[in-house]
Amino acid sequence: MAPLHFQTIAELSGRLARRELTAVELIQSLIARTRALEPRLHAFNSFDEADALAQATASDARRAAGQVRGPLDGIPIGLKDVIAVTGQPLTASSKILQNFVSPYDATVTRKLKDAGAVLFGRLNCDEFAMGSSNENSAFGPAGNPWDTTRVPGGSSGGSAAALAAGEVIASLGSDTGGSIRQPAALCGLVGLKPTYGLVSRYGLVAYASSLDQIGPFGRTTEDIALVLRAIAGHDPLDSTSFKAEVPDYRAALAGPAPRRIGIPKEYFGEGLDPEIAAAVEDAVKFYRDRGCEVKEVSLPHTRYCLDAYYVIATAEASSNLARFDGVRYGHRSKAATDAIDLYAKSRAEGFGAEVKRRIILGTYVLSSGYYDAYYLRAQKVRTLIRQDFLQAFTEVDALLTPTSPVPAFKIGEKADPLAMYLLDIYTIGVNLAGLPAASVPCGFTSGGLPIGLQLIGQPFKEADLLALAHTYEQAHEWTRRHPAL
Amino acid sequence: MSAPQDFNVDYLAQLARLALTPEEKAKFAAQLGDVLHHIEQLAKVDVTGVEPTAHAFPIENVWDADAPRAGLSVADALRNAPAQRENMISVPKVVE
Repeated sequence: MAPLHFQTIAELSGRLARRELTAVELIQSLIARTRALEPRLHAFNSFDEADALAQATASDARRAAGQVRGPLDGIPIGLKDVIAVTGQPLTASSKILQNFVSPYDATVTRKLKDAGAVLFGRLNCDEFAMGSSNENSAFGPAGNPWDTTRVPGGSSGGSAAALAAGEVIASLGSDTGGSIRQPAALCGLVGLKPTYGLVSRYGLVAYASSLDQIGPFGRTTEDIALVLRAIAGHDPLDSTSFKAEVPDYRAALAGPAPRRIGIPKEYFGEGLDPEIAAAVEDAVKFYRDRGCEVKEVSLPHTRYCLDAYYVIATAEASSNLARFDGVRYGHRSKAATDAIDLYAKSRAEGFGAEVKRRIILGTYVLSSGYYDAYYLRAQKVRTLIRQDFLQAFTEVDALLTPTSPVPAFKIGEKADPLAMYLLDIYTIGVNLAGLPAASVPCGFTSGGLPIGLQLIGQPFKEADLLALAHTYEQAHEWTRRHPAL
Repeated sequence: MSAPQDFNVDYLAQLARLALTPEEKAKFAAQLGDVLHHIEQLAKVDVTGVEPTAHAFPIENVWDADAPRAGLSVADALRNAPAQRENMISVPKVVE
């Protein structure tokens, strides 16, 4: 059996139920490990040991009283530092929110508390979730547990690093263009971006509202199923929340998985690392050998995804981040002389380079005279991108692609913004189309770095998607490997 | 690659209320020039008759019951204010 800190929710909830372990013992073990690893890893922006211990104590008391709330009761789960928890810091890894303390819970936070989870830590990420490497955090980069000189991916890098390192048992991230799936791939984890609208965004710091979606990281698809069940569902506090059924995703894992798999030919072109291509080809072969109907499909507008994304996402970001003006909350410049100067200087002092770049780009594409040429046109291209996926789903049930074109790269290696943006080419289309997609471990490079494959499903059919991933996972050992730290 | 001629970073910084340094302006203009050059590809797509997509799924307005309920306390609402006095957020003078 794996050491305590590398066990799954499914395993640990069984041990808690059998009284082989208490929630307090579990969190104490993770706190000790976190203290030991954080100087090298920096997966957390902060953590509140006393608060986590109090939650674990309450969980043990519920168990003693026969009032267990379900499989998550007593399980330590970390939240990306863009998800609000009452009384805890909420920094978005930005200096502008360095001292912000959240006055309310996000809906996902409330749901996890209702499920009895022990919320532990504020996990590092790229500033305002803008980035693909966690290097844009104002508080410093996080390391990849498989090689701490490399990035864990981003923007939910801390959520992936903390879980892969055994500092938490599951975590939540947010995914706007791949920010859950890419770090899951780079850290050897399962990560799910749910269908847009399945999980409430209330209490999530907004980056690009029409693309953002909260989702889980887990060691296995079963753990993903358990966390998703807890956080999904309609929320009157989020007007984009969808009135969708929330099935028992774990029960569905054992059920029939989809059998028609499409391989989008545009996702296997130039720039794809050959070791990743080979690992993904092996996964394709696995499904074919299992009797799945595997066929090539085309998503002809794939080459425009990146462009449509960087117009739409930055436009929405420039609008969303207008709220950070130094007036009601957040950093206020001491050098300002009047109101306009207060906004401009507070924002200049508070935001980091990538956030400023995206605000400027978003302001440009929305500015008078360019709106039609950029923003409106990007929204029309988005329609075509979405239609490509829906067309493919008339022939197949799910799509299989690589998650990231490259494995984890060295911290500081990619200095050019455009080169960094190009890392998201396989994940961005899913956000534009609002689809669910998971990254699942599918091997390692010769250098020992994890590789992920991406499975893209149909809207609100997470149960099918997870069942398909589960079939692969059960036949392979990848999720049982852990980094030596 | 340099930014397009009409990419006026001074004007954009002013619109965005961002006090950028001259170094930041030069750097962002060059970097965003590369990005915009890439984005120019969008002009090649035939979007005749295509409706724009603002959200992937249809979204309708949501109406809430017009009923009072508890909100944040004054202390909670002011907790993150950079400057305050007498239960109010204080700001620099706006009107001369």
